[in-house]
Amino acid sequence: MRNTHDTKLIFDLSKPGRRAARLPACDVPERDLAELLPAAALADAPPALPEVPDPQVIRHLVNLSTLTMSVDTNFYPLGSCTMKYNPKRNERAAAMPGFADVHPYQSDATIQGMLEVLYNMQESLQEISGLPACSLQPAAGAHGELTALLVAAAYFRDIDEPRTKVLCPDNAHGTNPASAAMAGFDAITLKTTADGYVDLDDLDAKLDESVAVLMITNPSTLGLFEPNMREIADRVHAKGGLIYLDGANMNAILGITRPGDFGADMQHYNPHKTFSGPHGGGGPGAGPICVTDKLAPYLPAPIVRKSGEDYSLDFDMPKSIGRVRAFFGNVGVLLRAYAYIRTHGPDGLKRVSENAVLNANYLLSRVKHILPVPQGNRCMHEFVASGKDLKRDKDISAMDIAKRLLDFGVHAPTVYFPLTVPEAIMVEPTETESKETLDAFAEILFRITEEDAQTLHDAPHTTAVSRPDEVRAARQPVLVHAE
Amino acid sequence: MVKPEELLYAKTHEWISVAEEGGDKVATLGISAFAVEALTDLVYIDLPAVGRQVEAEQPFCEVESVKAVSDIYSPVAGEVIAVNETLPDNLEILGEDPYEQGWIAKIKITDEAGLGELLDHAAYEKLCSEEAH
Amino acid sequence: MPYLYNTPEDQQAMLEAIGASSIDELFDPIPESLKLDRPLDLPPALSEMELDQHLRELAAKNANTGNSVCFLGGGCYDHFVPAVVDTIGSRSEFYTSYTPYQAEASQGNLQVVFEYQSMITRLTGMDVSNASLYDGASSAAEAVLMAISCTRRHGKVIVPASLHPEYRLTISTYLENLDAEVVELETPAGVIDVEQLTAAIDDTTAAVVLQQPNFFGCIEDAQSVANAAKEAGALLITAFDPISLGILARPGDYGTNIAVAEGHTLGTPMSYGGPYLGIMACDKNLVRRMPGRIAGETVDRHGNRCFVLTMQTREQHIRREKATSNICSNQGLFALRATAYLSQLGPQGLRETANLCLQKSRYAAEQLCEQERFSLAFDQPTFKEFVIRDADNDVEGLLRSAEQQGFLAGVPLGQWYPEMADCFLVAVTEKRTKAEIDQLVDALAQEKNNRQGRQEHQAETVQH
Repeated sequence: MRNTHDTKLIFDLSKPGRRAARLPACDVPERDLAELLPAAALADAPPALPEVPDPQVIRHLVNLSTLTMSVDTNFYPLGSCTMKYNPKRNERAAAMPGFADVHPYQSDATIQGMLEVLYNMQESLQEISGLPACSLQPAAGAHGELTALLVAAAYFRDIDEPRTKVLCPDNAHGTNPASAAMAGFDAITLKTTADGYVDLDDLDAKLDESVAVLMITNPSTLGLFEPNMREIADRVHAKGGLIYLDGANMNAILGITRPGDFGADMQHYNPHKTFSGPHGGGGPGAGPICVTDKLAPYLPAPIVRKSGEDYSLDFDMPKSIGRVRAFFGNVGVLLRAYAYIRTHGPDGLKRVSENAVLNANYLLSRVKHILPVPQGNRCMHEFVASGKDLKRDKDISAMDIAKRLLDFGVHAPTVYFPLTVPEAIMVEPTETESKETLDAFAEILFRITEEDAQTLHDAPHTTAVSRPDEVRAARQPVLVHAE
Repeated sequence: MVKPEELLYAKTHEWISVAEEGGDKVATLGISAFAVEALTDLVYIDLPAVGRQVEAEQPFCEVESVKAVSDIYSPVAGEVIAVNETLPDNLEILGEDPYEQGWIAKIKITDEAGLGELLDHAAYEKLCSEEAH
Repeated sequence: MPYLYNTPEDQQAMLEAIGASSIDELFDPIPESLKLDRPLDLPPALSEMELDQHLRELAAKNANTGNSVCFLGGGCYDHFVPAVVDTIGSRSEFYTSYTPYQAEASQGNLQVVFEYQSMITRLTGMDVSNASLYDGASSAAEAVLMAISCTRRHGKVIVPASLHPEYRLTISTYLENLDAEVVELETPAGVIDVEQLTAAIDDTTAAVVLQQPNFFGCIEDAQSVANAAKEAGALLITAFDPISLGILARPGDYGTNIAVAEGHTLGTPMSYGGPYLGIMACDKNLVRRMPGRIAGETVDRHGNRCFVLTMQTREQHIRREKATSNICSNQGLFALRATAYLSQLGPQGLRETANLCLQKSRYAAEQLCEQERFSLAFDQPTFKEFVIRDADNDVEGLLRSAEQQGFLAGVPLGQWYPEMADCFLVAVTEKRTKAEIDQLVDALAQEKNNRQGRQEHQAETVQH
């Protein structure tokens, strides 16, 4: 049923003279370009964009959309990504002209409603994290990490304690050490135990007065709550260091425990995950951060303040690190997150985490006999199984399973991450899935792990394409369509 | 014809041969067949610039597969005096002939202290068989 | 809860399968002392209707392009968004999917990214584009880091005052803990003085950052700036306006090495500043130092053309602390919208859009300058923005008065340029009609009379 004509590259559907856009006639006296601009500044011809009418744009892109799995069409248990339902009421809210068609340089007086939403977001995020100050500026989780580390660097510079190191556990997401390096720190890898927890001996060996920050993901990328969290935080604080909480896995702990209460000095949120996104095919996200009082002066400016019933932007922050992007922040994403938080209220958010953890544990209980989890029988919101035995006994790899699942209309879990688990298969069902969906997923897994290995090696069989040649793509990169 | 048995090897899987050239000691470096196989499907090599000073046991070159990056270390300190310009567009040579046409760089040795740490072929084979398990 | 399936019976059955007596027990790994012993202090839950009413009430408090005429610019503009773009942007197969790591399940997304990259290179005259970054300012900062890495020059980066102040601040913030120094170049004439630039560049200079058209709307002598950079072995980073490329020379035409832009103008609403689209394109030989995702063409096991994410060894998930950047996302949804927008406009549509911006903004500038009170701050050719100097030095009062008459008239510049406290920036897009421009001129002209009226009234009050 695939429409092979309309899914050609748009450039191959173009024909000179075809066009969609008709602009209004110029209603002011029109002058020659040569009269208005220096000749050297002018292009010889407009860019070679495709020439297609409206219906072609639509048929081309709508057909392409159907070649894409999504949360709205498929179960999407992609570990560490929290692919939960993206509420439609949030989309409607963000599209309201009073929010969508507002310019970032309007005066505060003309955007009191917007500032009220953003102020409430700051307050809500502070309450959920147990940290008293918030910046909504960062554009994504990784951007929040960088921002917080720049805040930490500014703090240590201000108190005249030059610290050069950031510690990251070996199972941390790659953004952690990358953010540390971008912020000018040396990223030092911290060992984890076989159980996936921070190795306290290694921590002691590496912890000294040169350590600025320990970045920790809790619950961890293995879906486990760090049992020594308080102890780790105490040891780092005793040496004058700070704890950064990678908030990637907040979906497990909303209203149950708070980073500020378990020792974090700073954290970011991934509102596109925890507070229902959407993910947009890879973005946009947002990466608001919350910090302790002593770090608050260094946050990027501006912050929304409230005085009586009036809201305003506060740029008067002399110790601020400056800016990490233009304008206020990823407001459209924050608005959706606000709608999500208001829809749930305090009890609702706790139910979200309870059901996320229940769903993950239920699925784990159903599949662990074929996909054992090295780190035990229980998890938080996700679990990392190992396909090591299947690989050894049946020559079926984690990648094979991922690809074969696509044939059954299920998006693949995250595979080969974290690197500390061999043949890792990382499953995060989220709370917005039913027991029936989880049961069906388990049944599919049982079925495909009984199939002959070749069927899996050749999978997927039903998708538009199968097993792209990634070596060729990397060896002889073709990154644009030649004119 | 280079014989693998006559080369020296680093624990980080580089091979090296040392020769006199115009009064200087020059090391020719590559990566072992074992390393090429372990890296699977190489897609890119980032050769060092000629003239670059390299330190002993420090990375000076990178090879990439689709989803991994591996550093290549120099066992000796010195100056890069030649690189194998044909490699970037013909990475298959590394697999087909790693010890001759697959050479990566020549380094004029300024400090040969690192040479003493190298393994002979038998010791290297033993190391590989241990790592393979 | 509107988004949950689990009934109490489901929960019971699931707990039995797990072998747990309660949901609370699943949270046993969290030490009791760390648990929150009270409900979160948040407002109570709202039904969908209540939420809708609450948000409509808040939205109604915001002036917007539906009830005000927008002449604001400074990196964000009120351009027209065709319906086709909204239709495509609301396909939930696109907006509810994740990063296309499983290529077979994401050919739609991947092909769109490939088409986006191809369009960006055609638009800019550059060799390659990535799949997008966060926004224009952070893209400029990433370009600076990339230039330092490519040139191995850790000395300095030159940013003229005619570069967007928030871009400059972002670059400075990114570089704060690294070795390189940000050198600011004054631009009293509204554009870069090439002689002064040449004097400032030396062999430790990694990059010169040019904005074209610049923050004041003026056209820079891009070719001379490019030559000065090239001569010293520094890279040229150009922050461009995508719409302007309907008529202006492309960054690649004058020797830009890394081109960046704020791409929200290609079909993404203003949304009070974000989320937006960070465009980045560069020379072929720099691509391995480029941050961000890149899609590439290849074949599948049946030999069919298909698309994958490629050159991933640059990225954080493989190279960790040695990665080109920590970025782990792209603005996929807005790259999609830009692809739809540029397809819908085509070469002629883009050219006409750019021309309307140019013609109308020049008309607006002339009409404003007919008023004795107003003059252009710079004697330079401009594209769609210009800086007006207010002889009465009451920019705040002027803009507030215009606001009350339904005009978002301009961006005051004193906040960034103290010496320009009497100036404001006016942007005119293709959406503005002659009637709106004439009304704006009237509103701003009348302000003086209003103000005089107010002052006389105050004087009278005092007398009484």
